[in-house]
Amino acid sequence: MAELKINALRKSYGDIEILKGIDLHIRDHEFVVFVGPSGCGKSTLLRSIAGLEEVTSGQIVLGGRDITGLKPAERDLAMVFQSYALYPHMNVRKNMSFALELAGVDKATIEAKVKDAARILELTHLLDRKPKDLSGGQRQRVAIGRAIVRHPQVFLFDEPLSNLDAALRVQMRLELARLHHELNATMIYVTHDQVEAMTLADRVVVMNQGRIEQVGTPLELYHHPVNQFVAGFIGTPKMAFIPARVIGGQGHELTIQLPSGEHLTLPRSPDSIHVGAEVTLGIRPEHMRIVSPENANLTGQLDVTEHLGSDTYCHVNIDGGHTLTVRQGGDYEGRFGEIVGVDFDLSRAHLFDSEGNALDSVTRQAA
Amino acid sequence: MIALSQKQRRVFSQIALTAAAWSVAFIIFFPILWMVLTSFKTELEAFATPPSLFFSPTLENYQEVFGRSDYMHYAWNSVVISMGATLLGMLLAVPAAYAMAFYETKRTQSTLLWMLSTKMLPPVGVLVPIYLLFKESGLLDTRTGLILIYTLINLPIMVWMIYTYFKEIPKDILEACRMDGATLGQEISRVLLPMCKGGLASTVLLSLILCWNEAFWSLNLTAANAAPLTALIASYSSPEGLFWAKLSAVSTLACAPILIFGWISQKQLVRGLSFGAVK
Repeated sequence: MAELKINALRKSYGDIEILKGIDLHIRDHEFVVFVGPSGCGKSTLLRSIAGLEEVTSGQIVLGGRDITGLKPAERDLAMVFQSYALYPHMNVRKNMSFALELAGVDKATIEAKVKDAARILELTHLLDRKPKDLSGGQRQRVAIGRAIVRHPQVFLFDEPLSNLDAALRVQMRLELARLHHELNATMIYVTHDQVEAMTLADRVVVMNQGRIEQVGTPLELYHHPVNQFVAGFIGTPKMAFIPARVIGGQGHELTIQLPSGEHLTLPRSPDSIHVGAEVTLGIRPEHMRIVSPENANLTGQLDVTEHLGSDTYCHVNIDGGHTLTVRQGGDYEGRFGEIVGVDFDLSRAHLFDSEGNALDSVTRQAA
Repeated sequence: MIALSQKQRRVFSQIALTAAAWSVAFIIFFPILWMVLTSFKTELEAFATPPSLFFSPTLENYQEVFGRSDYMHYAWNSVVISMGATLLGMLLAVPAAYAMAFYETKRTQSTLLWMLSTKMLPPVGVLVPIYLLFKESGLLDTRTGLILIYTLINLPIMVWMIYTYFKEIPKDILEACRMDGATLGQEISRVLLPMCKGGLASTVLLSLILCWNEAFWSLNLTAANAAPLTALIASYSSPEGLFWAKLSAVSTLACAPILIFGWISQKQLVRGLSFGAVK
C-alpha cells in the first residue's frame, strides 16, 4: 500500500542542478536509508518527497497516487527533523496532538492516539512538560511521537540522530530499528553516517552529486560495490585504493602490477580487461593482515597504530605515497617505523577500471 | 599581601563603576525628577534662582490644569491614536516581516534598508505636502489622520524589529507546522506569533511609546478636536508666556500614563521563549 515510486525526479536551484534524474522504487514496509556525503542531494530528495521542495520535473507516486504537486499535509507523510522542530510553547501532549487537532479529529481519538504513541516511546510521564525541560533524546522521541500519532503511510527522517551524543545515538538507533518492527511502516531515513545506514536499512541508497550510485542491501553494498565511490563510502575504515596495471591474464586468473613493482595474481576472469589497462585495486582493512616481510604481497613502513581493544588499526606507508589501513587483532603490538609485510586476501579484493567502475563480474550481476 | 591588594583593587573598581553607573542614571533621570518637583511648586518658586530644593508642595498647578483644560479629552485622544496606530502598524508589519524573513529574496535586505532610510528624512521636509493632502482629504484635526501618519512613520521600525524576531525562529518549525497540516493563517497565529510573544510585545510597547510622545505631527495636523497630550503640553508654553510650574504639571500628567504602562509591561519585554525548540 505505502509503496513509493520516484520517476526521473529533477530539482534545480537556478542553474545548479541538485537532483539529476532520480529513479527509485521503495517497497511497502521497507526501511530505506539515503546515504552520501554532504551536498549529494539526499536531504533535497527527502524534502522533495515531503513536499517541502518544489521539484523541477519528474513524478512522485505514493500508493498509486501521484503526490508530486500536493501540499506537504496532503501527502500522508510525517517527517522527523534533524533539529526536532518541536513547538517550544506547547507541551509534549500538545506537540503530539497538534496535527490531529488541525485535522479536526475528535478529542477522545486524539487522546487515545497520543497515549498510545507516548506508551510506545516511553513518554507517558513527560506529556505535560515543555520541550525545554527535556533532554536531547527525549526531544527526539517527542519528534518521532508527533509523526507516529498521525499514522502516516511513510515516515521520513532527516538526519534525526546527528544532534545526539555518541552513546545516545547508538541507543536511539536501536530504538528506531525496534520501532520499525513494531509499526511495520515504510520509513525513509537520510544520514551521512554509513554506520547508521548499514545498521538500520533494509536497503541503502548511496547518493553522490545528485545521482544514485547504487541501491542495495547493506551487505550487497559491502561485498559488491558497483564503483569506487560506493566501495570507498561503505565500510570503516575506508577501503584502500592502489593504482595498478594489468600485465596478463589466463583462465580465471588476472595478474596486475603495483606501482612498487610487485605482481599480484587475482582470482578474476580477465575477460573484459585488456593487458596494459590502468586499473585500481581496492582492498578493505579486514582483508589484509600484517605478516613478516618475506611472506608478504607488499612491504611497507608501519606508521601509527590505533588500539581499539577489539581491533588494532595499523597504518602502513607503502611505495608510491599510499597508506594502507590494516585491521589486526586487538593484541597486535607494532613498532612505529618498523618494516612490515602486508598480505592480501586476494579473493576479496576489488578491481575498478579507469572510470572507477567495478570490474568484478559478480558485482555487475548483482547491480 | 599582593592577593589582598588585588582584591581591594577589584572592590574599588567595582565601587567606582557602580558610582559612575548611578551618576549617569541620575543625570538621565534628573530632568524628569525636576519636572515632577517643579509641578508641585508655586510659579514663584519655580522661577527662583538659585532653585529651591526644599519647599512646601502644592497641588494648585494640577487644579489649574484640570480647571482650564479638558485633560481627559486629550488623554483619550492619545490613547485612541497610540493604540490605533499600533494595531494598524502590527497588522501591516507582521505579514511584511513574515514575507521578508521566511521568503527572502535578493532584494529583501535592500528593501529593509530603504524602509529604514525613510526614517532619516526630516519630517519638516514633507510637512507641506502632507498638510495639503490631509486638508484635501478632510483628515486635518482627525484621530484617523494621526493614526495614519503615526502608522506610516513607525512602520519601518516595526517591520525591522519583527523581522529580526522572526529570523530567530528556525525554519524547521514552520516546515513541521506545514507537514502537520497547518494553513498559513494557523502557522502564523498558532505557532509563529506565540513563539515571538516577547518580541511582539516589545514592538507594541515601543510603538505605543513613540506614538504617545510624538509632537511634531500632532502639533501641525491637529487643533482642538483630535489633539493628544503632547499638543496639550505645547498649549501651556505659548499663549500667555511661560508658566513653568503649570507646564511641569501638565507634562507630568502627560508622561505618567506611559511611564506606568512601561513599568508594568517590563516583564513582557523579557525574551527567550523559543529556547528548547531546537538544539
